Amino acid sequence: MQALFGQLLIGLINGAFYAMLSLGLAVIFGLLNIINFTHGAQYMMGAFIAWLLLNKVHIGDWQLGYWSALVIAPIVVGAVGVIIERTMLSRLYKLDHLYGLLLTFGLALVIQGLFRNEFGSSGLPYQIPSLLQGGVNLGFMFLPIYRAWVIVASLIVCLTTWYVIERTKLGSYLRAATENPALVQAFGINVPRMITLTFGFGVGLAALAGVMAAPIYQVNPLMGADLIIVVFAVVVIGGMGSIMGSILTGFGLGVVEGLTKYFYPEASNTVIFVVMVIVLMFRPAGLFGRER
Amino acid sequence: MATTISRSEPARTGGNLMLIATAVMAIILALAPVAGIYPVFVMKALCFALFACAFNLLLGFGGLLSFGHSMFLGTAGYVCAYAAKSWGLTPELAILLGTIAAAALGTLVGALAIRRQGIYFAMITLAVAQMMYFFYLQTPFTHGEDGIQAVPRGRLFGLIDLTNPYAMYYTVLAIFLAAFLFIYRVIHSPFGQVLKAIRENEPRAISLGYDADRYKLIAFVLSATLAGLAGATKAIVFQLASLTDVHWTMSGEVVLMTLLGGMGTIFGPVVGAFVIIALESYLAGFGEWVTVITGTIFVVCVLAFRRGIVGELSAWWARTRN
Repeated sequence: MQALFGQLLIGLINGAFYAMLSLGLAVIFGLLNIINFTHGAQYMMGAFIAWLLLNKVHIGDWQLGYWSALVIAPIVVGAVGVIIERTMLSRLYKLDHLYGLLLTFGLALVIQGLFRNEFGSSGLPYQIPSLLQGGVNLGFMFLPIYRAWVIVASLIVCLTTWYVIERTKLGSYLRAATENPALVQAFGINVPRMITLTFGFGVGLAALAGVMAAPIYQVNPLMGADLIIVVFAVVVIGGMGSIMGSILTGFGLGVVEGLTKYFYPEASNTVIFVVMVIVLMFRPAGLFGRER
Repeated sequence: MATTISRSEPARTGGNLMLIATAVMAIILALAPVAGIYPVFVMKALCFALFACAFNLLLGFGGLLSFGHSMFLGTAGYVCAYAAKSWGLTPELAILLGTIAAAALGTLVGALAIRRQGIYFAMITLAVAQMMYFFYLQTPFTHGEDGIQAVPRGRLFGLIDLTNPYAMYYTVLAIFLAAFLFIYRVIHSPFGQVLKAIRENEPRAISLGYDADRYKLIAFVLSATLAGLAGATKAIVFQLASLTDVHWTMSGEVVLMTLLGGMGTIFGPVVGAFVIIALESYLAGFGEWVTVITGTIFVVCVLAFRRGIVGELSAWWARTRN
C-alpha cells in the first residue's frame, strides 16, 4: 500500500511537469502554429540557472537560492526565447509549419550540446530549499514537503494561466488572435508583439518547471531531451485545442504512469505512448481537441 | 498545407541528364575502393544515403515529415542481425527478413500516423519511435545496451564470402543502386505524380477522386521498407545492431541529411548523407561539439538554405541556362 501511494505521488509530480510543459507548448502552438522542440532544452536551462544561482552567484553574504531562481530563471529563459522568436522564428511564419519544428530541433541540439560541453553529462545535485525540507507522516504514507509543494505550486501556475487566457481581457485578445490574427490586428492590436510575448511566456513556463524539477531530478543537460518526447505524446493525447484539456491530460497521464510503475513496472516507460496509440485509434483529434 | 516544403525539382532538366548523373555516380562509387578511398566509410555513407533517400520519398515527395524513421532502420537491423546470428540465415535472407519486418512495422505505424497531419504527424511518429526504443531497450533478444554483436557476414547466396571487403562493398553498392533506381522509378510513376499532387493540395486531390490516405499509406510503407533495407544492410556491414539506430537522434540525423542535401531532389539525400557522415568521422575527436555543429547546420539550413546543396545547384543551373 505504502508503495502504491508512493508511486501515485511520483506520478502526480511527473504529471505536474507534463501539465506545465504541455500547457506552454499548447499556448505557443495556438498563436505561432509551431511546435517548440526547444521546450525540453529550455526546461533544462531553467534548472541550470537555478543551480548556477545557488552555487556560483553570491551578493556579499547573501546567497541567491531557490526562491530567487523561481523568478529569475523564467525571466532569463523567456528573454532568450524572445530573442529566438524575433531573430529566427519570425522569418518562418510564411512557410510551412514544419520548418519551425526543424529550426527548434536544431536549436535544441545546439543548446544541449553547449551545456554538455560545459557541465558534462553526469547529473548535478540540487539541494531542497531549507523551508521545504522534511516531510509529514500522513499515516498511510510519508509525504515529503517539497513534493507536495511542487504539486500545489504547479496547480496554481496552471490554473492561473487558464484563468488569464479564458477569463480576462488579455486572454480574449489572445484567443481571438489564435482564431484570426489578421482581423485582430485590424482592430489595432499589436499581434506580432503579442506573438513574441506569448512565446516568451510559454518558454518561461518551461524554465519555471525546470527550477521546480531541479531538487527532484538531478540537474542534467539531457534532462529535457527525453521528457519532451513524452510531453509531445501528452499533447497528442490531449489535443491542443483547450488549455484545461492540457492540464487535465498532463496530471492524468502522470497518474496513469505512476499506477503502471506499481502494477506493471516493465511498461512504465511506454505506457503513455500506448495510451497515445489507443486514443489515436478512437479519437484522432485527441481527448480535448478539435480538428483544424 | 498550402505553402509546403520548398520544392526544387530540376526545372525541366529531363530524364537523360538524370540518367547520365546516375551513371556517373555509379561509376565513381564503383571506382572508389580502387582509388584508395576507405571502403568502410563509403559503405557507411551508402547505407545512410539509402536511408535518407527512403526518408526523402516521404518528406520531399509526400510532404510528410516523419520524426521517427529510426524505428525502421533499427527494427530491420535487429531482425536481420538476429536472423543471421541466431538462426544462421544467409545474408540475403537475413536482409530480406529485416526489410519485411520494417515493412510490417511501417504498415502499422503508417495506418496510425496518417490519421493526423502536419505537426501532429511528426509528433506521433516521434512518440511511436520512442516507444519502440524502450521496447528494444527492455526486450531480451536485443541485448539492451550491448546490442547484437559479432553478426556473421556469411556467404551471399551461399557462394560469395562477404568477409572479403570488396565482395561486401560491391554488394552494398548493388543494393544501394537498385534501391536508388527503384525510388527514381516510383517518383516518376503515375503514383509519384498523384503523391506530389496530394502534397501540393490534398483537398483538391481528394475532390479529383484520389484516395489520399491510401496514397500516403503506400508512400509511408515504401519509405519504411527502404529504410529497413538500409538498416538491415548496415547490420551486416558493421556486424552490429545497437540502440543507436533506434534512438531519436538517428531520426533527427536523417532529417538533417535530407534537408542539407535538398529535400524533394533525387540526389540531395545522397549528397547530404555523404557530407554528414564525412563531417562526423572528421569531427569524431571533438566530442560534444558534433552535436553543436549538427544543430547549427540545421538552423542555418532552415533559415538561409532551404533548398539544400543539390536544390541550390540545380536552381543555379536553371538560372545560368536562361
